[in-house]
Amino acid sequence: MDQIIIKVALVLVFLVFGAILLRPSASARNQAMRTLGLLVFLAAAIFAVVFPGIVNQLAVMVGVGRGADLVLYAFIVVFIGQALSTARKRRVHDTQITELARKMALSDPQYPERQTP
Amino acid sequence: MTAHNADTWLVVPLFNEATVVREVVRSAREKFPNIVCVDDGSKDDSVEEALAGGAVVVKHPINLGQGAALQTGLDFAFGQTGAEYFVTFDSDGQHRTEDAERMVERLRAEPLDIVVGSRFLDDRTNASALKKFVLRLAVLFERITTGVKLTDAHNGLRALNRTAVREIRITQNRMAHASEIVGLIGKKKLRYAEEAVQIIYTDYSRSKGQSLWNSVNILSELLIK
Repeated sequence: MDQIIIKVALVLVFLVFGAILLRPSASARNQAMRTLGLLVFLAAAIFAVVFPGIVNQLAVMVGVGRGADLVLYAFIVVFIGQALSTARKRRVHDTQITELARKMALSDPQYPERQTP
Repeated sequence: MTAHNADTWLVVPLFNEATVVREVVRSAREKFPNIVCVDDGSKDDSVEEALAGGAVVVKHPINLGQGAALQTGLDFAFGQTGAEYFVTFDSDGQHRTEDAERMVERLRAEPLDIVVGSRFLDDRTNASALKKFVLRLAVLFERITTGVKLTDAHNGLRALNRTAVREIRITQNRMAHASEIVGLIGKKKLRYAEEAVQIIYTDYSRSKGQSLWNSVNILSELLIK
């Protein structure tokens, strides 16, 4: 099977995303990992722009034909990660909005005009 | 109105039911004097109609979903003096107060924390074959994932005591709350039983009834945290 390295790597990344998605936790560590990941990604992007030849070699090394394909794969991975983290964040916001709306509702109950005790 | 069921609160999620809610509340109050309707951001006169029927109304400032409304109503009722039993009840007239009464009586008489209504313990309720099939699938899914053995996964009629209300915290705002409740029954080891109830599928309730597409939504709500 050709391109085995890139296939394994991409599938692993997606599996990790999936695991993160199904596991509820938003710790300081996750936050830090995200920031660091973003920095690494930026550095890699700069590197790729400055040394396209090396990206090409890297692509050939992991079994992808061209550097451009490798960059595209990386983009897809980052994009999906972004989408998942946005969904996660939205759920947290939903919970907060629910609590807020519930407090508002409970702070002002309306009573019917008492015709019966 | 007598002291009958004075220790019981009916919790009724309310969303755009102005045409029927007054009558539903009025007739339910013949058996259950305490009713709280949780208005979930209705755009029509639901609030006024519910008040006219004799219910207490708490209002979500925005639409959050039926699960959220149930939790808000349970929070409200739980804080009322003398509240011992809680019944979740639909605002569109598809539940019968006779069923609700029997369920509360069971909570009083038997060592149970929660009694869940079931359409499938007898043959009174008419549902389409496809709907029955999907509901059976849901039941199977829940048995496997929660270990709780119920015959009707998504019956909105339930009676709870204070223990059950304390333990059950609904976080699924939209449709998946029914499965969430079943899951919590298993997880918190609540003592549960089923009671045969009849769902009145009127043309009105059918016209706005749950589409089967919702089963897909429910699954995704449950799985993606």
